[in-house]
Amino acid sequence: MSHARAAGRTAARLGAAALAAVLLAACGGSPEGAAGGADGKVTVTVDLFGSFGYEEAGLYAEYEKLHPGVTIKQTDTEDEADYWKSLQTRLAGGGGLADVQAIEVGRIASAVQQQADRFEDLRAYGAEGLKPGFPEAKWAAATGKDGRIVGLGTDVGPEAMCYRTDLLAQAGLPTDREELARRWSTWEGYLELGRQYQAKAPAKSAWIDSVGSLYSVMIGQQKERYYDASGTLIWDTNPALKAAWDASVSAAQSGLSAKLDQWSPQWNQAFAAGSFATLPCPAWMLGYIKGQAGEAGRGKWDVAKLPAGAGNWGGSYLAVPRAAKHKKEAYELIAWLTAPEQQAKLFRKQGNFPSASGAIAQIADATDPYFSGAPIGRIFGEAAKAAPVQVLGVHDQNIAQQITNALGEVERKGTAPEQAWGNAKKGVQNTVG
Amino acid sequence: MTLTAPARTAPPPALPGRAPGARRAWRRASPYAYIAPFFTLFAAFGLFPLLYTAYVSLYRVELQTPGDMQWRGLGNYTALFADEFFWTSLRNTFTIGVLSTVPQLAMALGLAHLLNHRLRGRTFFRTAMLLPYATSVAAATLVFSQLYGRDFGLVNYVLGLVGTDPVDWQSGTFASQAAVSTIVIWRWTGYNALIYLAGMQSIPHELYEAAEMDGASRWRQFFHVTLPGLRPTIVFTAVVSTIGATQLFGEPLLFEGSLSGGISHQYQTLGLYMYEQGWGFFHLGRAAAVAWVMFLLIVLLVGANALIARRRTRKEAGR
Repeated sequence: MSHARAAGRTAARLGAAALAAVLLAACGGSPEGAAGGADGKVTVTVDLFGSFGYEEAGLYAEYEKLHPGVTIKQTDTEDEADYWKSLQTRLAGGGGLADVQAIEVGRIASAVQQQADRFEDLRAYGAEGLKPGFPEAKWAAATGKDGRIVGLGTDVGPEAMCYRTDLLAQAGLPTDREELARRWSTWEGYLELGRQYQAKAPAKSAWIDSVGSLYSVMIGQQKERYYDASGTLIWDTNPALKAAWDASVSAAQSGLSAKLDQWSPQWNQAFAAGSFATLPCPAWMLGYIKGQAGEAGRGKWDVAKLPAGAGNWGGSYLAVPRAAKHKKEAYELIAWLTAPEQQAKLFRKQGNFPSASGAIAQIADATDPYFSGAPIGRIFGEAAKAAPVQVLGVHDQNIAQQITNALGEVERKGTAPEQAWGNAKKGVQNTVG
Repeated sequence: MTLTAPARTAPPPALPGRAPGARRAWRRASPYAYIAPFFTLFAAFGLFPLLYTAYVSLYRVELQTPGDMQWRGLGNYTALFADEFFWTSLRNTFTIGVLSTVPQLAMALGLAHLLNHRLRGRTFFRTAMLLPYATSVAAATLVFSQLYGRDFGLVNYVLGLVGTDPVDWQSGTFASQAAVSTIVIWRWTGYNALIYLAGMQSIPHELYEAAEMDGASRWRQFFHVTLPGLRPTIVFTAVVSTIGATQLFGEPLLFEGSLSGGISHQYQTLGLYMYEQGWGFFHLGRAAAVAWVMFLLIVLLVGANALIARRRTRKEAGR
């Protein structure tokens, strides 16, 4: 899905295999593509990470029907970090690139600031006309200082809180989403409920999956996270970041966490085992929960408003590399895929929340029976509207990883928070250095 | 035929005097021509990358902007030596190396000794030995990391049966290094056992007969005939295992899928550290510097190994 590392790290472990698959697919795709044009038949290759859900939602089939002669071939790398590595290698070499490449929002700054010349300027295809259909921030993030447009927005990641009604009931806590939203209207309220839960919780069940995920949503509520608007690194003096860190440390020290590593196989297994009662969830997480908890989880989950206001975690763009073979066809495809109708359809089928303003209105009434009929259209729609416009930086993704690693040390190894913070600092030094 | 016959036995008359020279030159040059294909390939795929890596390690190069190289001199190296995590990974490489190599070679020796006896289905066992080696690193590591799961892993389940608390095989420093080492041991023990077996079979049988006549027990035979006879083989496997341990990469990378070798770099090896610099952070210059440090380290280790081995041999000869 459209965020870093959303998709299981299980597959990350198959990095080598995935990379090979991508390369093979890329190699296999090119001759067909090159042979294209002549007889009016064109194969457009699309290279994505995680699961964008286009294929599953039937969008490719629909597009192929609308455009006879066009065949879409998708390759997919499960883990975004692996995908990005492989994409960088191919961009540096200039070969093996697909006609459409996805870019995560945590990487878009890097693509726009450092590699804009490797991607097509979509203004050449009339992309400027699409601008009014997108919120200003989503559009601006993929636009260079010179006005060059690098990508079109797919989804965004408005945040909410997913929870297990059955586990909360067992611990004698309310399960109604409105009441819970009131009780955890602040993060302190959320942690307090957690302590109450932990006191009466069923065996081997914790309040939250990991403090890393707590940190990720909390920092997602901030406008400035790792960089300020001028592009200066401010993460280690950012009071909002420190507050998120402190809350996460406090949760770890109160034993509220199941101490799982997000996207690890153990984390995946924990969904079915009921190891945690709440999971902060950006919209794209809904599909992940369904996939991991399976049919047995149907009706046991619910979605409520996030404590302390709205936030955003993740989201993506589709871009056309300069080295693409069928640039015009590729642009037509991404313009269609990111159009409001298609984005709305995708949300209803897969849960990826639309970035196009027109699509948000269309899905306002959506509910999800899997999540006890929660009004996901309204909850995520309001969150998307209220979420801050984040300042993005080149190293966002890697810095976040260093911090969640350090929190993992506090949580799983009992490392002193000051020492862990020092480790995070050294890690970030390596990252940006 | 008849016309060409003289030409075969004598140099063509058109080149009087020069032919022997040319032939001599050819004779002198031909060995070089024969080995040229190898050295051309080696130059292209071995030497050039090596030297170019050294060149890159003096610059600041990022994967996103490979064309933009900024001179850094030895900056990459000083940054490396100032980085605590580099030393952590160096230490980890050493401890994981010892944890995996020593039991592995010891077990291989024992297994080879057993296989050297006449036993039923010997060929089957010898083939079975090699099976782990034929398994891919990725597949083996994925299975092992499932076995070592903290909450739902088989190892902790078995430990639970005997009343031990579950071990966090991922977070604990020693636990995670031991877990990674078992994957290495599992993969390479059989391979080394076969090499030892080959070495054992080249020891003349008469030595054993003589030892037996002198009344030496099986154990004494092993220590006084087999081990000395195996010395060159043991040196070889020690060198190869040392190089392998220094370059250890796939197992720690795939164990958790973590580039940093666990949340606090607890099992990050030098190879993984290099990969993190290069393909996690995209600092190609830094990664090149790590690669050269690793290269020098291996040269140093192998040199030390050879020196020790030579001194021992000399000592033996002098005795």
